[in-house]
Amino acid sequence: MSYLRKVLTIAGKDLRAEARTRELTPAVLVFSLIVIVIFNFAFEPGARKQELLAAGVLWVAFTFSGMLGLVRSFAVEGEQGAIRGLMLAPMDRSAIYLGKLLSNFIFLSSVEVVGLLAFGVFFNFDLFPILHRLAVVLVLATLGFVAVGTLYAAMAANIRLREVLLPVLLFPVIVPILIAAVKATGGVLQGQLLENVSGWLKLLGSYDAIFMIVGVLTFEFVISE
Amino acid sequence: MRKNGFLDSLLGIFTFLTVGAGLYMTFLYAPNEKTMGAVQRIFYFHVPLAWIGFLAFFVVFACGVAYLLTRNIRWDLLAGSSAEIGLVFSTLVLITGSIWARAVWNTWWTWDPRLTTMLILWLIYLGYLMLRSAVEGAEKRARVSAVIGIVGFINVPIVFMSVRWWRTMHPVVITRTRVSLATPMLATLLVCLAAFTLLYAYLLRHRARIALAENALEEIRVRITERQFERRER
Repeated sequence: MSYLRKVLTIAGKDLRAEARTRELTPAVLVFSLIVIVIFNFAFEPGARKQELLAAGVLWVAFTFSGMLGLVRSFAVEGEQGAIRGLMLAPMDRSAIYLGKLLSNFIFLSSVEVVGLLAFGVFFNFDLFPILHRLAVVLVLATLGFVAVGTLYAAMAANIRLREVLLPVLLFPVIVPILIAAVKATGGVLQGQLLENVSGWLKLLGSYDAIFMIVGVLTFEFVISE
Repeated sequence: MRKNGFLDSLLGIFTFLTVGAGLYMTFLYAPNEKTMGAVQRIFYFHVPLAWIGFLAFFVVFACGVAYLLTRNIRWDLLAGSSAEIGLVFSTLVLITGSIWARAVWNTWWTWDPRLTTMLILWLIYLGYLMLRSAVEGAEKRARVSAVIGIVGFINVPIVFMSVRWWRTMHPVVITRTRVSLATPMLATLLVCLAAFTLLYAYLLRHRARIALAENALEEIRVRITERQFERRER
């Protein structure tokens, strides 16, 4: 067998396996479609203001890094069977949800702080005067993200294709967060006061409240070994 | 087995007649719209399709809640069936909408709140059905997809609101002028709404029956394997 033949055999095997199971292709196609939609919201067609583009960059970065963190957050529980211990613990399942939510929140917030530093340097923004305003937006948006994210990550923890399926399931649901966060961050970067973006902040706050309640109520149904 | 055979045939006949009437009215009875011309007739399919898209998703939501409360697998099978039909109908909404938009607005797509919400709804349906096929075990699939169905449905109005605010901050390129419908047009629309709703009910009933049969078959399979195992143990 020639070298080329071997290469082609390997490639053929992969393609044949995918053609027969047809598992990955639809999921990845939908994922790419969702990314197009997400980027549309982050980078509005026709937006020329640098602040709005920068806010889009920031939130796309946070969304994707948050997704990676969420996938890990339940994958580690499964590896040594730790999830069984959690489920056997004599407490309400919603406590697991809120605990996981808090750890994800703190984790993602610290990532965002570092990300913000890099962002200020690369985009040449003086962030110190507006840091407290940015912090309000970041806290509200991150809370909503992890409220749904923790619930969905628990669900995706032990199903096939979880790395692809989690974003496919989660991204459409966090569209309101992304829109509001990009708009509010863009406004703050342009030097607006919080009062001027209060509509978006209220949207974020309501989203947080609604989905934390939904999470507390439904978490016990999604968690399993 | 076929307890409701009579009701089923009645539903089938009614659906057939109403769909026929809807087709006749759409293409032959309804008058041509003045500015848009014949392409406006897509409206009589487009609006009922969108209505069924939302209705089917509401059924997914309601069945999800019912499943979590009762733990009866039938609710989950109904939810899954409704989601499948809903995905087909909302795909058709996006396609008919694009054709119409191309003819009237000269663009395939615009990020209007209604269009965007429909697209997000469609993506949530897709994710829901992909999840269903990825989860092993009927009971776990039922639990997990119930939660996805509930969260997805609650999210729809929030998406709509956020997209509307998002767009209003920018000049609106395309405004939909409010067209008051002439009586024959309204009549056609109402008949088509009835036709599509009956069609949805008909499809749902049959899809759910298939799902029940599949579920029963799966249970029998599991039992057979268990028996074989027991025999071998002896």
